[in-house]
Amino acid sequence: MIEEIGRTTEGDVMINVGPQHPATHGVLHLVITINGETIKKVEPHLGFIHRSIEKMCESLSYRQFIYVTSRMDYLSSHINNHACALCVEKGLQVEIPSRAQVIRVLMDELTRIASHELWWGAMAMDLGAFTPFFHAFRERESINDIMEETCGARLTMNYMVPGGVMQDIHPNFQRRVKDFIRLYKSKVNEYDELVTGNIIFQNRMKGVGYLSPEDAISYGCTGPPARGSGVSCDIRKLYPYEIYDQLEFDEILETGGDSFARYMVRVREMNQSIRIIEQLIDNIPEGDFQAKTKAVLKLPKGEFYQRVETARGEFGVYIVSEGGTTPYRIKFRSPGFSNLSALDHMVRGSKLGDLVAMMGTLDLVIPDIDR
Amino acid sequence: MFIVKYIKEVFSGLKSLAIGLRLTLYYFTHHKEIITQQYPDNRETLNLPERFKGEVVMLHDENNEHACTGCTACELACPNGTIKIITKFDIATDGKKKKALDKFVYHLELCTMCNLCIVACPTDAIKMAQTFEHSVYDRSELTKILNKPGSEIREGVE
Repeated sequence: MIEEIGRTTEGDVMINVGPQHPATHGVLHLVITINGETIKKVEPHLGFIHRSIEKMCESLSYRQFIYVTSRMDYLSSHINNHACALCVEKGLQVEIPSRAQVIRVLMDELTRIASHELWWGAMAMDLGAFTPFFHAFRERESINDIMEETCGARLTMNYMVPGGVMQDIHPNFQRRVKDFIRLYKSKVNEYDELVTGNIIFQNRMKGVGYLSPEDAISYGCTGPPARGSGVSCDIRKLYPYEIYDQLEFDEILETGGDSFARYMVRVREMNQSIRIIEQLIDNIPEGDFQAKTKAVLKLPKGEFYQRVETARGEFGVYIVSEGGTTPYRIKFRSPGFSNLSALDHMVRGSKLGDLVAMMGTLDLVIPDIDR
Repeated sequence: MFIVKYIKEVFSGLKSLAIGLRLTLYYFTHHKEIITQQYPDNRETLNLPERFKGEVVMLHDENNEHACTGCTACELACPNGTIKIITKFDIATDGKKKKALDKFVYHLELCTMCNLCIVACPTDAIKMAQTFEHSVYDRSELTKILNKPGSEIREGVE
């Protein structure tokens, strides 16, 4: 049986999963070759929501193209916008006020918690537990309310601009974030009670979808899928941007390499984000929230690259400038695309019922993969 | 030995299920802690955050005057071509021609609520309104002219 995996033989059945598959918050089409109930091959078919964002960005100015990146990984839109703003600032050589830096990091970490909350609920829902979804959305809703008050939108904020942030934080911001931290800490035990400690859930996750550290590196996995295999890849620690080098937090590493390890990485990461927010929320320095920049931004001729750690892994922005007001070429390195490429390797030889457990732990956001 | 292990697993599974169900039972008996949000039908008393980005509107005062000079800064800032400014030439009392706003055409169907036009406006003539129900029966209803008929530019706004 083992040597047959990967090759199509007689008795194999090809089935289509998707495009409307509940495990993904988008449309992903998987062509699966199965023999009995054993998966031999998985081919992801992409392109259902390709919007050619990279090409669109070439006709937009350096202020305008940032809003498009909210539509890629819509669950960590702040962090995507942050990467673009940082990359433009690298070209412009502007100093960002310390107040703007702290606000940006606070927003990033709130987004990371919100993204992981949604993933946690959707993950449990993929495995058949419906209740955790509502528990996760209760906390996520309070983050969304904070975002709505300060940024004016709940999902696609477009709050980071080159030079700082678009508006100052709302007067209620600090109080509401503190309320959220209190709420989160009182409710986080429920997560363990409901899902993490459940033996049925653990048996479905443990030993499923093993990804060795070598494979994680060679497939280019970043973020929780790589850290679940014990590969240290947190950009916040390795290549600190903004004020991450002055903050105290741990890079979460698990050595299991299976679905449960990836699950635990994300659950423990939420606590680290809370730790970062607690350090910063009372220490927002006074000052400007935006540096003075010219009305029309022009980047000098050259190439600029900036990477950040989104909720899903490493997100990179590569700008080639020819000195004009619009970029010559923009390339986004999205974490979801590389993480998805490891799915085929993970899935081979396992049962069809475990496919969703593996796909769920990759935390795929399809607009991010397709762009 | 297999049987003993199997039975142990069954009981530990049941125990962890009971722990989860205890939480469900807690929320079943504590109705006040359940947060269910209804669709905001109470539109009169609804308070959305003042920064909420619903649609672009132009501010008019009681004399039907606005602050738009027709400088097209918002049109240039818009990434999607949502805004189209049509200007006209007013002839002032001293006979000089003066550029003024004729029509502020706003395509709601193209707008992504990115707030860039509001930031770009030098005279704070436009702002984001807290509306959220944008569905209409025909696409042409989404193309709006923001300056009210007969409105003029406020005195002193340059």
